[in-house]
Amino acid sequence: MFGAAPERDHDFETMSGIPVEPVYGPDDHEHPGQYPYTRGPYASMYRSKLWTMRMFAGFGTAIDTNRRFKDILANGGDGLSTAFDLPSLMGCDSDHPMSVGEVGRCGVAVDTQADMEDLFAGIDLEHTTTSMTINAPAAPIFAMFIAAAEKAGARRGAIGGTLQNDILKEYQAQKEYVFPPRPSLRLVRDTMTFCAAEMPRWHPISVSGYHIREAGSTAAQELAFTLGNGFAYVEEGIRAGLAVDDFAPRLSFFFNAHVDFFEEIAKYRAARRIWARWMRDRYGAVRERSLQLRFHTQTAGVSLTAQQPEVNIVRTAIEALAGVIGGTQSLHTNSMDETLALPTQKAARIALRTQQVIAYETRVANVADPLGGSWYVEELTDEMERRAEAIFATILDMGDGSMLDGAVKGVEDGWYQGEIADAAYELERKLNDGRHVVVGVNRFLEGNEEPQPETLYIDDEVERMQIKRLDAVRQDRDLSAVARALDTIRADAADPEANLMPALMGASQAMATLGEMMDAMGEVFGRWDETARI
Amino acid sequence: MDDPTIDDGRLDQDRGTRGRVLVAKLGLDGHDRGVKVVARILRDAGFEVIYTGLRQTPHTVVAAAVDEDVDAIGLSMLSGAHLALVPPSSSCWPNGRCTYPSWSAGSSPSGISAASVRRGCRGTRTGSVGE
Repeated sequence: MFGAAPERDHDFETMSGIPVEPVYGPDDHEHPGQYPYTRGPYASMYRSKLWTMRMFAGFGTAIDTNRRFKDILANGGDGLSTAFDLPSLMGCDSDHPMSVGEVGRCGVAVDTQADMEDLFAGIDLEHTTTSMTINAPAAPIFAMFIAAAEKAGARRGAIGGTLQNDILKEYQAQKEYVFPPRPSLRLVRDTMTFCAAEMPRWHPISVSGYHIREAGSTAAQELAFTLGNGFAYVEEGIRAGLAVDDFAPRLSFFFNAHVDFFEEIAKYRAARRIWARWMRDRYGAVRERSLQLRFHTQTAGVSLTAQQPEVNIVRTAIEALAGVIGGTQSLHTNSMDETLALPTQKAARIALRTQQVIAYETRVANVADPLGGSWYVEELTDEMERRAEAIFATILDMGDGSMLDGAVKGVEDGWYQGEIADAAYELERKLNDGRHVVVGVNRFLEGNEEPQPETLYIDDEVERMQIKRLDAVRQDRDLSAVARALDTIRADAADPEANLMPALMGASQAMATLGEMMDAMGEVFGRWDETARI
Repeated sequence: MDDPTIDDGRLDQDRGTRGRVLVAKLGLDGHDRGVKVVARILRDAGFEVIYTGLRQTPHTVVAAAVDEDVDAIGLSMLSGAHLALVPPSSSCWPNGRCTYPSWSAGSSPSGISAASVRRGCRGTRTGSVGE
């Protein structure tokens, strides 16, 4: 079977005992693990290894989240994914005036390396892969993570995981930017070159369509903007002097799984095919790993409703199944109560159990790309590819032949932002006039009046405790060492050839705060704000 | 989303529109899908809409509302920081309390919604959230 990896110890048969082959289709047709990988990056897919059940978690203080992490691992989750709070995502310390009311609310508060040490205390980082959803301050947060991991005895080269670090989609969709696009892309370059040299098991960028879709794009726009951003990072790496095959194998992707089952599956299939073709034909990649698109999936938060929240379990299950049939490498399933608050432990457990039902009960993981050859799915896959190519042509046009320059120009002109807002508005209109049905929102409303479930409540006490913790760290550090470390950051930021990672790690070890590091860079880079448009 | 209707005698008929509405994003949260969709739908319905853009504070929102002489205010935040941000927005008014119709929307658990209303907000609406 095309050099397939060894299979799991498992009976690959239907419930009534019919043996199941690893893949079906004519011998002279494309198979999984074969260029252009439409049917999957690997020949054996889930028969050798199931997807990683990676549940996104983070709330309160580092100690609170560390407890949740250990609970996830004890319940059969096999990777960690860190949600940071808004101040951390924006590079503000917990005692910044804009942080009021936000500390520990949407994720975990991390101000200094001391918090990072608490966050991963007692977790073996050489054997548990960790994903960190952080973008504008990705480089200093990564520096804190590495410094904390090394202090706990992990070897840098042995740590596996993913930094989201996809700043382009922040300007386009999620809007958690701090610096202007060019210096932000330089920070992405610095993490990419640092990982290529020192951290072979780390994915420095998770090129993310998830947020683009949540902000309102269509599936085809999610596909095209995301892959377009991926090509932009490839061009950034090539401009920095890296050989494409030295860093492309470590680029990973992150897609949304919305509720239109077949369209989502077509989107994943088209993504793999487009990436392989462009990487080989346009960027000259040769290594198989450079051509194989691998991705994480999260079910669509935006598809969930506050009305009758238990119904969200059903939506999430359908979306998760699309991700699995589409061949995802890892998966996060949302909890039923996430329109209301961060999930309770019970809701998060049901979400993980949903993945386990798909993995262990349904037997869908017995065969790769079960919908390959379906006339409908094959045509949708082709159409996704055609629509994406048309969007790439527009981006290339904006960038005078460069996807990188086109992405920056599109951000500066508000082009992506406008395209996404238009699509969101169109869908809302369809919802309003009943052409787009959401159960419990515009049809089948009986039951909406029932009381909402218990939700996780983040007490204001978290903010006070975190600020106290930050004060204690500030009192207990060598101020002249901090000042020297921040001067080094300013000097390296001003030198476009320098890599900022060593200076950021030095500042982390001196217990400089995230806000101090961001401010030091901001003095050189300036700050970014978009023009508000309706 | 329901077709927005604001039935309030304060609306100024002389301007030739159904009224002026300020929509604002308070705090650090950058998720702007909801606020932009609401802004466009209000505009379709004949309102004049002013959008503040991202990362506003209670003070900047109140200043904009006074400057623009609006008839109503909509606040959007997806982070659940309603209790920390909505009451100050209300108390930043020159007379200490907002007498304008104002609504807040976003991920707001019912307990918080009720408290926001008690502290100066006319209504709340819960939307969907992504990570």
